[in-house]
Amino acid sequence: MKKPNIIHQYRDYTRRRILFVLMVILIMLAVGVYAVITGAAGISVSDIFRVLSGRGDAISGQIILNIRLPRVLAALLAGLALASSGAVMQSLLRNPLASPFTLGISGAAAFGAAFAIVMSGSLGGSSGTGTDSWIDEQYLVMFSAFVWSMVSTGFILVIAQYRGATPEVMILAGIAIGSLFNAGVSALQYVATDVELAAIVFWMFGDLGRASWDEVVVLSLLLFPILIFFMSKSWSYKALQSGDEFAISLGVRASRVRLTGMLAASLATAVVVSFYGIIAFVGLVVPHIVRRCIGGDDFFLIPASALFGAMFLLLSDTVARTLFSPVILPVGILTSFIGAPLFLFLLLRGMGRGYWS
Amino acid sequence: MEIHLKNIEFSYDRIPVLKGIDARIGKGEFVTLVGPNGSGKSTLIKCLNGILKIRKGAVLLDDHNISTYRSDRLARVMAYVPQSEQKAIPMKVFDAVLLGRKPYISWRPARRDMEVVDEILMRLNLEDVAMKEVQKLSGGQQQRVYIARALAQEPEVLLLDEPTANLDLKHQMEVLDLLRSLTSRGITVIMALHDINLASLYGTRVMMMKEGKIFASGGMEVFTAENIEELYDVKVHMIHENGSVYIIPNRYEIK
Repeated sequence: MKKPNIIHQYRDYTRRRILFVLMVILIMLAVGVYAVITGAAGISVSDIFRVLSGRGDAISGQIILNIRLPRVLAALLAGLALASSGAVMQSLLRNPLASPFTLGISGAAAFGAAFAIVMSGSLGGSSGTGTDSWIDEQYLVMFSAFVWSMVSTGFILVIAQYRGATPEVMILAGIAIGSLFNAGVSALQYVATDVELAAIVFWMFGDLGRASWDEVVVLSLLLFPILIFFMSKSWSYKALQSGDEFAISLGVRASRVRLTGMLAASLATAVVVSFYGIIAFVGLVVPHIVRRCIGGDDFFLIPASALFGAMFLLLSDTVARTLFSPVILPVGILTSFIGAPLFLFLLLRGMGRGYWS
Repeated sequence: MEIHLKNIEFSYDRIPVLKGIDARIGKGEFVTLVGPNGSGKSTLIKCLNGILKIRKGAVLLDDHNISTYRSDRLARVMAYVPQSEQKAIPMKVFDAVLLGRKPYISWRPARRDMEVVDEILMRLNLEDVAMKEVQKLSGGQQQRVYIARALAQEPEVLLLDEPTANLDLKHQMEVLDLLRSLTSRGITVIMALHDINLASLYGTRVMMMKEGKIFASGGMEVFTAENIEELYDVKVHMIHENGSVYIIPNRYEIK
């Protein structure tokens, strides 16, 4: 009997996984073009080419370069950050419920934003009607959200370091810290004025309408090194999925790899959240969808989740912009509306097969 | 590769588990560690390749202390098969075994890595399930996958923690026959084993552990009624047949 050629079969399997990634890239590009031409002002595909080659008229140039393109890129980068962080955290914590918000990042960022809004309000910052002070306040809120989410992450990682950095310690500490910050947000909402309260609630809806080139540049400079870092550690992450003891026996420094991975994923998430607010479910659901399509090998799972997340968030944002046009929904609401049923569907379909399959 | 255990001590949260272990294990030996629950068998296995850091004493491989090895270098010499996977992972058998090549891979597996995996899958009769998910296999097949993964590290020493736990009788024998056959290739096999009958059936060398110390060590001659009674606090009957010894606990004489 002829033995099956295993290496050949495995290469085919690898090719299928690469094909999946290429397909996601294609869909992402198509959605990207659609997102740029769709909106209140009519823009055509040829306008895009003209503007990009420097021959377009001033108005379509303005719309494409300063309004649509930054928003499209922001959606792609934010989706990429959230989904790849989610994939990494699920591997590192060996828990299908892990998401970029597991370490209490969303709660901490919301607290930071609310804190800055209430403080600058009571210091008279928001009473000024000039554009400058408004911009200053935007940055202040962003900065405070970022700082507080990193404080929460740092706190949990320090606890984890002390207690041996096991997944259980990190998840439980994240839940505890998250509820502490949620209480803080409630307290701030209670003392806030009507205007501040509205600002806090508005901030908490994740919204890509705040996107400008500045954030896009910061995000790309930060995210690409983090993504390469994740990829370089993908074999270690894969080993950790089979347990710390086994990973150590393969030469992986389990605690250190988990700490640095969690730190990098938290950093990416904290920056996205402080720029655009809380965008739920992308980081939780996308890795599950991708795992179902191409399996749990982190070397493919991480980049495929990143690209799928980018495509998913851009699609969600485009729908959010056009569904009730001219009313634009914050994308955070839409991702929850799409993500939650999708997650339930996956859960029901996967029953009896275990969480990970 | 000779392994020299020098006065190894280890404690969990200040409770001493290993209280001075001394032993020498030669190349290609087949060693079973037996003893009651909590005697330190699993702990000793994990101390041997640095999963647990020993407080005192040393593990020497051909006179080199393992603490001086780089972690990936050590993983090319010693492989470990954990007692049971903490959670079945969504991985195909080929991917799971390829993971054993990690100490040799930086980004992507090379041709040689694939060939090693291919050869091991064939040797362990796993070629037909190579593209199946690990979690869909039977317990016996899964255990073979984990042994295959350890062999992909091309180790000189193979450490196993209860490799026959959760397996039925036939699969227990299959796994132990497989491990036994590895010693003829010069691989040293050291395993913690609960079942003293299996240990006496397969072990060329037995180390009996009690309360963190080696209580008796040697060949078949250590399987005496006195030793086993002392070890487990249970009276036993010994039946000698065809050069093997069978140990039967006496139910009505548990002390």
